[in-house]
Amino acid sequence: MRAPGSDKGIAAGDVLLAVDGVSLAFGGVKAITDVSFDIRKGEIRAIIGPNGAGKTSMLNVINGFYHPQHGRITFKGETRQRMRPHVAAAQGIARTFQNVALFKGMTTLDNIMAGRTLKMRGSFFWQLFRHGPAMREEIEHRHVVEEIIDFLEIQHIRKTPVGKLPYGLQKRVELGRALAMEPDLLLLDEPMAGMNLEEKEDMSRFIIDVNNQYGTTIALIEHDMGVVMDLSDRVVVLEYGRKIADGTPAEVKSDQTVIDAYLGVPH
Amino acid sequence: MTATAASREDTFPKLLARNASVRGSRTAIRHKDLGIWQAWTWAQVHDTCRAFAAGLSAIGLQAGETVAIVGQNRPRLYWSMMAAQMVGAVPVPVYADSVAEEMAYVLSHAEVKLAVVQDQEQVDKLLSIADRVPSLRHVIYDEKRGLRDYDHARLHDLDTLIADGAKRLNGDAGARSALDASIEAGKGADLAIILYTSGTTGRPKGVMLTYDNVVVSARNGCTFDNLDETEEVIAYLPLAWVGDHIFSYAQSIVAGFCVNCPESPETVVEDRREVGTTYAFAPPRVYENLLTLTMVRMEDASAFKRKLFHYFLGVAKRCGEQILDRKPVPFGDRLLYGLGEIMVYGPLKNRFGLTKVKVAYTAGEAIGPEIFRFFRSLGVNLKQLYGQTEASVYVTMQPDGEIRADTVGRPGPDVEVKIADDGEVLFRSPGVFQSYFKDPEATARTKTPDGWVHSGDAGFFDATGHLKIIDRAKDVGRMRDGALFPPKYVENKLKFYPNIKEVVAIGNGEDFVTCFINIDLTAVGNWAERNNVVYASYQELAGHPLVYDMIAAHVDEVNRSLAGEPRMGGAQVKRFLILHKELDADDGELTRTQKVRRSFIAERYGPLVKALYDGSKEADIRTEVTFEDGRKGVIAARVKIRDCAVQPVAAAARTLETAA
Repeated sequence: MRAPGSDKGIAAGDVLLAVDGVSLAFGGVKAITDVSFDIRKGEIRAIIGPNGAGKTSMLNVINGFYHPQHGRITFKGETRQRMRPHVAAAQGIARTFQNVALFKGMTTLDNIMAGRTLKMRGSFFWQLFRHGPAMREEIEHRHVVEEIIDFLEIQHIRKTPVGKLPYGLQKRVELGRALAMEPDLLLLDEPMAGMNLEEKEDMSRFIIDVNNQYGTTIALIEHDMGVVMDLSDRVVVLEYGRKIADGTPAEVKSDQTVIDAYLGVPH
Repeated sequence: MTATAASREDTFPKLLARNASVRGSRTAIRHKDLGIWQAWTWAQVHDTCRAFAAGLSAIGLQAGETVAIVGQNRPRLYWSMMAAQMVGAVPVPVYADSVAEEMAYVLSHAEVKLAVVQDQEQVDKLLSIADRVPSLRHVIYDEKRGLRDYDHARLHDLDTLIADGAKRLNGDAGARSALDASIEAGKGADLAIILYTSGTTGRPKGVMLTYDNVVVSARNGCTFDNLDETEEVIAYLPLAWVGDHIFSYAQSIVAGFCVNCPESPETVVEDRREVGTTYAFAPPRVYENLLTLTMVRMEDASAFKRKLFHYFLGVAKRCGEQILDRKPVPFGDRLLYGLGEIMVYGPLKNRFGLTKVKVAYTAGEAIGPEIFRFFRSLGVNLKQLYGQTEASVYVTMQPDGEIRADTVGRPGPDVEVKIADDGEVLFRSPGVFQSYFKDPEATARTKTPDGWVHSGDAGFFDATGHLKIIDRAKDVGRMRDGALFPPKYVENKLKFYPNIKEVVAIGNGEDFVTCFINIDLTAVGNWAERNNVVYASYQELAGHPLVYDMIAAHVDEVNRSLAGEPRMGGAQVKRFLILHKELDADDGELTRTQKVRRSFIAERYGPLVKALYDGSKEADIRTEVTFEDGRKGVIAARVKIRDCAVQPVAAAARTLETAA
């Protein structure tokens, strides 16, 4: 995989993505109201909040699946108001989903290979015959995919249809597919939901490794506070679609509004 | 091979040079990396190891110093053993999964100067104990992932080291001749390797083996089973274990066959299938897992397939072993077996990766006769051997055609075995170790001046001259009339029944043997369902009269089998009871590795032990238990006791005290 810091002009610590005054409503339901925050290159940024706070909507806005009514999003210096998911993907935003969204009947290998689709250059003609440049390209892509398989330690399920895999491993395969895009920004929607302690520890280690080794910037939504506090560099807290806190894990943890939001206040 | 050539090829570096010249283009080792089997020929391995050795001398490794090797089975880690030996240094493989504490002890005890490790995980572990291993100068790693930002003053990348070494050998004639001289100076009596025993009792001990020990043992093993350069083995057992050192390192170099390193520990089954090993080695649990996995999968198969499978398994049970042993079998059975080979056995063996297997070994502990026979009936030549690190593996092994589930075979080539008066097995062979590293007292306790080694295991020779191991010598007791009481032997015989999960045999210093039995909830629960036995709890099922009947039938069978063995006949089980709760590590009744703590249990269940010997029909017991969440509670129960018939013991046959 590519060495970190290779994208043009943005050094570690600079703002990679800025969300500015974003509001999103579905009819009369306000999912997100005037939220602003930024994600710096190379950091692990957590988005937390109680159920229905608008966390997943926020991720959907970032990768262009939802179009906010107000506000702007600046990614790698380019400002936009609306963008389609495939354009976001092409620009280097990859994601995993809250409910695993893999091709169940395909093997681990094929699923991760699917993550390379955007990097395929060969013409349809050569692809059709699996010859010449298409074959060379396939070998290159396979090499990248094999490195990811090695990295995530899933060699033993390389040829297993993902539908047969336990949930924890499916999550790992999904991470693998996102990594195959060699993203600049990786969005993880509850990467550890429904996992047991051991699987969570494994996943945490992979997230830290991805961040360390490839320098990939990561934004994640997670409910397990222990994991969030250990993993992330900065945390943004949403409640009812509004931002109520933003800062380091320690700051957020001691913030009274956050405590109230999670534990409730006596009325 | 001529006598002079053999005497020249008395160390592994010299044998490697021979392999490079005799079979230079044959594959020596493979490693599955990024999904592809990478292969190296003997010539390539020879060149790489020489370069590696030059690289090691460049960072100051001297003859006689020790080098720790930590990691999984990787070609480069095997090569590091070779490279160290080329320099005249002594490799010390260490269990990769040992905790930092244990590793610190071994490394400092072995006074290692260098460590060759697999990856970041091991580098971290070594750095964390570095202050307790003052002799350690350099750490060399195989995989660079995650190590980019580490301080490289004492850290070296293995590939870079080899490349540097190659440059030195090419450019500097002095380096070349120094390496040649060092290889030439090596002789058979030199220390080849120090293997630390895993140390289930007390501190690990460093077993020192010379080239003569290892090379002769490896050669004898190859001759015994006619192994040659066409064999394929898969290396997946710990490098620090003597078995792996002999099978995947020594024998590969002696016979010139190919070693395959799996992609990761989880892919071994798949990798074994791709390689098609011809010579296999595994502890009993590996075979057990293969069998269980097959049976579970067959439960999910369609009715037709399931029927087919069980029918042909029945055929194999009837005649498979006889066919493997080339004994006469009725023509009809032979025909059916042939059909079964096409329909069931062949595909199964292919799944297991045992299609091409010439000989497969199991050792380490007793294997269930059912499992053993299952593989043999499919046509897999599974055999047992008995070995120890102190013997460079081989003590006894089963020759073709004399294979039984309950013995460990005859003394191997050049091995003498005798039984001491207290039942302990003693052996003497060319493979016997020199001494324990820096531990003359332990050496004196284990090895007599004339070369006999106390194995620590108790055993006896049966009428056919085969050795049977019954227990650890220190666990073997005597009954009041002086008859031997080997608790584990009795327990294992009972535990081979799927309905029985755990057994505690009691009888040391008593008039007869009694035992506590734990039923296996899965197996017995399944049986209860099929037989309309209603139960609400483990306790109720355990106390059910029908369950007692079933277990009593098992005990009876075991008594018959014990009665057939003159020395063991006195250990028949006269009374038993089924415990009302499962023995549990949380309650201190089992160790964390699931071994029974006999003395603790005898104390805790004192009233039950008393009742077993005072003739009562039932007894009350109250025990404190720890629940999974840590709360404590008390279980009270009335446990029934059953009497069993004792069989007349077979007349003592001539015992072969020293079979050769």
